[in-house]
Amino acid sequence: MPSLPDMNTPDVAELARGAAAASRATEVPTPDAGQEAFFEALLRIGDSTLILGHRVSEWCGHSPALEEDIALANVALDLIGQTQMWLGLAGEVEGKGRSADDLAYLRDAWDFRNLLIVERPNGDFGHTLMRQFLFDAYHLELLKALAGSSDPRVAEIAVKAAKEVAYHLERSSDLVIRLGDGTDESHRRMQAALEALWPYTGEMFLSDEKDAEAAAAGRIADPASLRPAWERTVRDVLGAATLTIPEGAFAHKGGKRGVHTEHLGYILADMQFLQRAYPGATW
Amino acid sequence: MATVTRPSPKEVWDWLSHVPDPEIPVISLTDLGIIRDVAWDDDTLVVTVTPTYSGCPATAVINLDIEKALRERGIEKLKLKRQISPAWTTDWISEAGRDKLRAYGIAPPIDGTAADGRLMGRVNRMTGGNLTVPCPRCGSTHTTKVSQFGSTPCKASYRCDDCLEPFDYFKCI
Ligand SMILES: [Zn+2]
Repeated sequence: MPSLPDMNTPDVAELARGAAAASRATEVPTPDAGQEAFFEALLRIGDSTLILGHRVSEWCGHSPALEEDIALANVALDLIGQTQMWLGLAGEVEGKGRSADDLAYLRDAWDFRNLLIVERPNGDFGHTLMRQFLFDAYHLELLKALAGSSDPRVAEIAVKAAKEVAYHLERSSDLVIRLGDGTDESHRRMQAALEALWPYTGEMFLSDEKDAEAAAAGRIADPASLRPAWERTVRDVLGAATLTIPEGAFAHKGGKRGVHTEHLGYILADMQFLQRAYPGATW
Repeated sequence: MATVTRPSPKEVWDWLSHVPDPEIPVISLTDLGIIRDVAWDDDTLVVTVTPTYSGCPATAVINLDIEKALRERGIEKLKLKRQISPAWTTDWISEAGRDKLRAYGIAPPIDGTAADGRLMGRVNRMTGGNLTVPCPRCGSTHTTKVSQFGSTPCKASYRCDDCLEPFDYFKCI
């Protein structure tokens, strides 16, 4: 049996599949070569909305005000609804009969393709909103670009989701401005959140050969092309919030190819427990 | 061979206009504009439904309600088709539906005010600085938004500054 993979092993997913295949008699599918880049691209979108949706849902019952509790739950709900469409399409493209639920509940951390920023712990309310704002600003640009996808299935999901995400972005912009340009305490916390999260924003715009392949086919947008519009939104809102954009271009990366921080494992343990303990359970 | 009398699509539309929305039962599924098509495919009745919000938990209940209502009318072969394009918009809520919402205490959507992500720009462009949602109870335009999201994703929370009642506003999308 192969040795246990760790985060620094380059072909961690392959090792994991090998280990899984050696330890139990289940078939762990790999996508067909022709569709693989497209499948990957869809996972990168759907896994980010899934993990962020789960993270935001952790606030349920814990928010500083009832209205905010409800708002966070509704944002989480939109993200999970969008995930059902993205991962549903990913399963269709993969062609191995996996449903959106199978992809969400029955993959391990190394097969998740979400951006690292969405698995960051919630921190305080301001930290959660800063993460939401930085992601929303990217998410809306991504969806606007995907609305022009050469694949009509991608375009129709993007058009629908963009209507919802426009509301997410307006809400997170509003609160980032109010808290940034608020009291000394709220300003300090928002600036700290911005500095902690900033190094996780660069990954949104990094491309690899799989992005390039899917973008060349016109199915997805080249991630780098989303940056100028994102920067404009971020500059405008953070400026109005009297916050200072950190210097330095260092970017944490790895999420898009399955190399995650330790936080993702805890999220999956929580999110996947029921289906792992009671396979196929429904209610 | 038994003769089967098929109801016309128009009759089916009429039946569906009596099926209430599970979350806002004063309006029907046809008022809400989520029934996109009713047609016969050979001996199967095909009803095309579009979801309101992607994650709307009422979607499954709506499908069950449609099925129940049509089975009660004697429809045996039924197919519910999900269609996400063109994406649902509050512009499709009927005039009658808007009146019913208002009477129920929910301010109906103000067409043309959907979010585009540019917070200040949008409000300024459309309303000269302030999106005014009239109170469904007293009609006052002195109202304040409490939260972008209300009891469901499709609504925002408002408060009337004259009669002091809180109310839901059905956001334009
Ligand atoms: Zn009033």
